[in-house]
Amino acid sequence: MSIAETLGQLALFADLTPSQLEAIAHSHEEDVFAAGERVLRRGLSGGNFYVILEGEAAVEIGGEARHQLMRGDFFGEISALTGEAPTADVVATTMLRCLVIPAPQLERLLLDRPQLMLRMLRMEARRLRSTLEWQP
Amino acid sequence: MAAVERPFPPGDYDVVVVGSGPGGLQTSYCLRRLGIRHALLSRDERPGGMFQRYPIFQRLITWTKPDAPVERGSREYEWYDHNSLVADEPELKALVPALMDRAYDLPSRAEMEAGLAAFAERAQIEARYGCTWESTRYDGDQLVLETSDGEYRCRAAVFALGVTVPWRAAVPGLEHAAHYVDTHVPERYAGRDVFVVGKRNSGFEVAQGILPWARSIVLGSPRPVQTDALALSALRIRYLHPYDEYARGGPGTYVIDVTIDRIERVDERLRVVTQGTTWDGTLEFEVDDVIAATGFQAPLQDLPGLGLVTVADGRIPALTPFWESVSLPGVYFAGNASQGARGIGKRGAGASSSSVNGFRYNAQVLAQHLAERLDGREPRREPVAELVPFLLRELTSAPELWVQKGYLCRVVSAADGAHFDEGLVPLASFLDSPGPDAFAASVEVDESGTIVPTLYARRGGEIREHQLEPHPLHRYDGESYRKHVAAVVS
Repeated sequence: MSIAETLGQLALFADLTPSQLEAIAHSHEEDVFAAGERVLRRGLSGGNFYVILEGEAAVEIGGEARHQLMRGDFFGEISALTGEAPTADVVATTMLRCLVIPAPQLERLLLDRPQLMLRMLRMEARRLRSTLEWQP
Repeated sequence: MAAVERPFPPGDYDVVVVGSGPGGLQTSYCLRRLGIRHALLSRDERPGGMFQRYPIFQRLITWTKPDAPVERGSREYEWYDHNSLVADEPELKALVPALMDRAYDLPSRAEMEAGLAAFAERAQIEARYGCTWESTRYDGDQLVLETSDGEYRCRAAVFALGVTVPWRAAVPGLEHAAHYVDTHVPERYAGRDVFVVGKRNSGFEVAQGILPWARSIVLGSPRPVQTDALALSALRIRYLHPYDEYARGGPGTYVIDVTIDRIERVDERLRVVTQGTTWDGTLEFEVDDVIAATGFQAPLQDLPGLGLVTVADGRIPALTPFWESVSLPGVYFAGNASQGARGIGKRGAGASSSSVNGFRYNAQVLAQHLAERLDGREPRREPVAELVPFLLRELTSAPELWVQKGYLCRVVSAADGAHFDEGLVPLASFLDSPGPDAFAASVEVDESGTIVPTLYARRGGEIREHQLEPHPLHRYDGESYRKHVAAVVS
């Protein structure tokens, strides 16, 4: 399956047309990580935004897994949008295939495709709610 | 040639390298320097790889400046010469600039091919030419390569076969198109309307090549052309001329962002049906010729069937930071296919592994990695007498760091008040592996394209990043830098 077809199956990209998906797939690289490889590094600048196309990853703080990420999930958006270094590591737990969008391109993409921005905001809001619910 | 005279007969080797282009030659040279027993196999009859045939329009897009502010043949000069292979012996250094006629500061295909042949000859790199790799299997932890000459067994195979197999995107009707590799007679396009599918290197190269002949040219693909990046890149010689005609009002030359729904034959002509990606709507073109400039893939033979994981629609192997397949242990790639390791990609920056300037250093690092992995041989550690000047010198003029920005770093370890040069490693490996206290120097690029020298300090397993101030002349040997680095390492 092509990257554009895979993106079309993910909730984040559900509102985009096939040619818009083609443009996104052709404008960004995909990257594959072996199980155990680090994808996002806590405390280091310049992290990208990643969308998982295939495989799973864990959000880790101090080597301890806090959260599992799967196909269709995205990560790195907080540091990409704020310009601050990530506060956690993301480590591949299986073979992991991601679409990689560098921070400046993410900003342009969200402004060009407000439907995508809205989807992302909703998913972000859900994450925030579940985080708040967990707190004592 | 009689079979008995040919080197590297079938049998057991520590490493088998396949390919005699720049990637294979550089890898074999580096393995030999480290005394690693290996065979170099090539189906060709002579060294040079793709440069015996490509680029079609005969001019490279990679820079070599024959005269530079530093002496030709010095280590620093490698930064001005992106096409020569690298070596320790003076007679093997900077071979390409010596062969250039200086019509451009980019060599021609023939000059590049001659430079590679000269390297192979002077370095006396032996290869078993006329030996074709046919299939692959595992036997325990050994890899077995079946070839036209017989069976080679090894602990690690390094495939340096370029990214040279013409690839066609899955566009209905693209079979009506000639591929880029078949466009070497530009006169054939005289007075014709041409649609070029693809807006990357080969798309613009062919557009530029037929610009003096064709009646009209349309370049179409989904991704917008990044003119801001291209204007600052060595690719501009190929890209910007056709783009410039379009930007001036498109007198018969158009560069458009589209997906191609289909290509169909209409009498003697071809109809190309497209949809906008960065604009809404459809456009149809009737043209005489369609050219598929949709790129190339690595010749992977039966490796995907063995479980080789790939990127870019199956075209490129997905690799670890040391260029090993993420899925097939012992299967390594050198040369252009080493681009399958993206590195940490800070701010989206990629390595220069798809051209000679970058992958010649990858080969050095790979050879050292194989020496450690296969023989348990640690790199030779030179003591570093003065740490701060050493790091500043590396950041100012190390060609490996300047070419492989953000991918390779120079590591200096610290133990009992002494410092040791640990050599070059992929930055990802330094950041993600445990190890003794150490510093790593890396040259990186920020969001605005400014070059930022960066140091990483590992203490007690924790890594901290320190960016130095950019300098307009990229000189990091002044007092303020000395103070900054002294504070980082103290």
